Amino acid sequence: MPIPRRTLRLSLLAVAAALALMVAGCGGDGDDEESGGATGAAESEEEITLTVGLFGTFGFEEAGLYDEYERLHPNITIEETSIEFEQDYYQALQTHLAGGAGLSDIQGIEVARIAEVTQTQPDKWVDLNEFGAEELADNFFPWKWEAGRTADGATIGLGTDTGPQAICYRTDLFQQAGLPTDRDELSALWEDWDDFIESGKQYMANAPKGSAFIDSASGLYNAIIGQSETQYYDEEGNPIYDTNPVVKDAWDIAVEAIQAGLTAKLEQFDQAWNQAFANGAFATISCPAWMIGYIKGQAGDAGAGKWDVASIPGDGGNWGGSYLSIPAASEHKEEAYALIEWLTAPEQQITMWTDAQHFPSSSIAAADGAVAAATDEYFSNAPIGEIFKESADDLPIATLGPKDGVVKDTISNGLNRVDQQGADPDEAWEQTLEEIASAIE
Amino acid sequence: MRLKAQMATPDQAGSLVAGARGPRERSAWRMRLTKLDTKLSPYAYVSPFFLLFIAFGLFPLAYTAWVSLHSVSLQNVDEMTWVGLDNYSRLIHDDAFWNALLNTLTIGLISTVPQLMMALGLAHLLHYKLRGSTFFRVSMLMPYATSVAAATIVFAMLFGRDFGLINWFLGVFGVENIDWESGRWSSQIAISVIVTWRWTGYNALIYLAAMQAIPKDLYEAAEVDGASRWQQLRHVTIPGIKPTIVFTVIISTIGATQLFGEPLLFGGAGGYRGGADHQYQTLGLLLYEQGWFNFQLGRAAATAWTMFLIIMVAVAVNAFLAARGRSAFTIGRRRRHA
Repeated sequence: MPIPRRTLRLSLLAVAAALALMVAGCGGDGDDEESGGATGAAESEEEITLTVGLFGTFGFEEAGLYDEYERLHPNITIEETSIEFEQDYYQALQTHLAGGAGLSDIQGIEVARIAEVTQTQPDKWVDLNEFGAEELADNFFPWKWEAGRTADGATIGLGTDTGPQAICYRTDLFQQAGLPTDRDELSALWEDWDDFIESGKQYMANAPKGSAFIDSASGLYNAIIGQSETQYYDEEGNPIYDTNPVVKDAWDIAVEAIQAGLTAKLEQFDQAWNQAFANGAFATISCPAWMIGYIKGQAGDAGAGKWDVASIPGDGGNWGGSYLSIPAASEHKEEAYALIEWLTAPEQQITMWTDAQHFPSSSIAAADGAVAAATDEYFSNAPIGEIFKESADDLPIATLGPKDGVVKDTISNGLNRVDQQGADPDEAWEQTLEEIASAIE
Repeated sequence: MRLKAQMATPDQAGSLVAGARGPRERSAWRMRLTKLDTKLSPYAYVSPFFLLFIAFGLFPLAYTAWVSLHSVSLQNVDEMTWVGLDNYSRLIHDDAFWNALLNTLTIGLISTVPQLMMALGLAHLLHYKLRGSTFFRVSMLMPYATSVAAATIVFAMLFGRDFGLINWFLGVFGVENIDWESGRWSSQIAISVIVTWRWTGYNALIYLAAMQAIPKDLYEAAEVDGASRWQQLRHVTIPGIKPTIVFTVIISTIGATQLFGEPLLFGGAGGYRGGADHQYQTLGLLLYEQGWFNFQLGRAAATAWTMFLIIMVAVAVNAFLAARGRSAFTIGRRRRHA
């Protein structure tokens, strides 16, 4: 039987080729410690292109910071690439690190990943202390600074922004549903999350057709968990996601919102979610400071003046925020360091807040009058400086763990299961715990 | 003639020179070299393929097997801990694996069976004399030439819950919006539509090529016997292209087992887990999630090898069935008589 045997061999080949592609990413190990660095000391006018790999919207470009830096340093050209979805970004970054190729000179790292980077792979990153980062410590909030360091004191990342929280809402939709539209009134109305759910029920009673109260259950969950000091790991680094009552409480509140029919049944950062900003599919969204810029980008000019910002129910909290780091494989470590030092310096962090709405991780910047004074025209001239600063001031100092990102994503997905597919909440919770256990060991 | 003469010269010249220079061993040495040359050079000519195959085929295969016996994290690929067959036993006890296997199987069936049947029908139609047949043939190949990513993203929009064209169309007939992505069957059907759309024309052209090799007189004889077109398809065409059908079935089986790009991109942000409930997570996606999102390379390698074995078994079953079925077909007997 000639044909089957030939196809057998063919198929062997096909499989082998596929496997080759899969494993190709794990071959070498980028070890060029000695290249770069040394030559830069001369501060020559050599033309250098610095590549910056980021995710989502960091806003450096939008705030004009790259242009300004290039003006100050004519020999430097900055090229940014950005991947929208952080999960995709981080897995690509890890693949590049494993293969030792395809890395940018500067890479962004999200706060939920920073512990993993500092704990499991410090040797793949430049210790920024080599370039004098140590003396920048006082620029930053201590918790932000410490989270970017390894146990033996190497500094892996400099903080960019933080994610103090608020609630962004659509005044036009609130009005149609007969809810108050004044931000102070609303802030007073939802003292805690139960009040918030109550407002949601009122909203849904007279909601404009096709709109829900909140975008997604996972957004609500992440806002609540962001208000807690303990999340998925304890101080000793043991996972406690399954026993920490805070996690289950936050889950339960999100489930309550689902069961009350308040959610638009969307998955955050999904295409349909992006479209929904412009379509008025939801009236409120948990709003870490970086979400302000995201809303503007997705809702576009048509949304200007329709949005407003109120305080978050309960205490202040943090969701997100990032670091900038330099892979050990970078060929322009010194120049890259000069750039990230500049980008994360207090003056630039102030600009990032006033021009691109990324709240400072620098305590000096946060204390600056310009930060507190910021208002936003797009958000009905809301005093965003005041609102977010208040949230930042009573920010809990969360204990981070190496697999925070995976745990967070898996719980968010478990909530989507309940939200979008009508799964039984208790079963979804059990399944989520099993998935996390399997994923993080 | 000239060629022959030229080819003869080196040998003659060689022996002449050797004779002039002295001992006979010289020419024996030459002879041996020539013999070696004719024996070895074919291997040298085919070696590039095999060297590439070893580098990009065999080595990764073996290395993946080696990795699958270790606990390795993508973050630190150099630190490997020997765990024996642990990754395999965990895979077998993992619900996610059985879920992915079942999804791969059902999506494979939903996408392959109608696809090949449609391809056969299309090829049969195109086999008749048609005006503008080249146009039809080229346009059938167009979906195949489209990139998976582009096609899938467009289809994902068509199947969108709130603003998708398909739901809008169904809405005209009073059907409520279907959340294609979150239902088990609806999502698998949607993915199968993408696969079918891309591959039907390709298979149809392969069938068409095979059909054109069937002798015309078989059809004429069938027509004289009063066979309808349907009967011609059943009793002349299908037996005639049986080996080709077996080929496409095997290739489709392999393709279905490795299905990856379509479900990944169809799912958008959470595509790698195959939907919130893993309702369309295939084996390929499971491997991707393990290795590249949970960073467990050892487990991903074990999944890869298990997939490989599954494909081997599937292909062997196909080949076995094909070999058994063959002798029963009339066309085979006719050929033997001729």
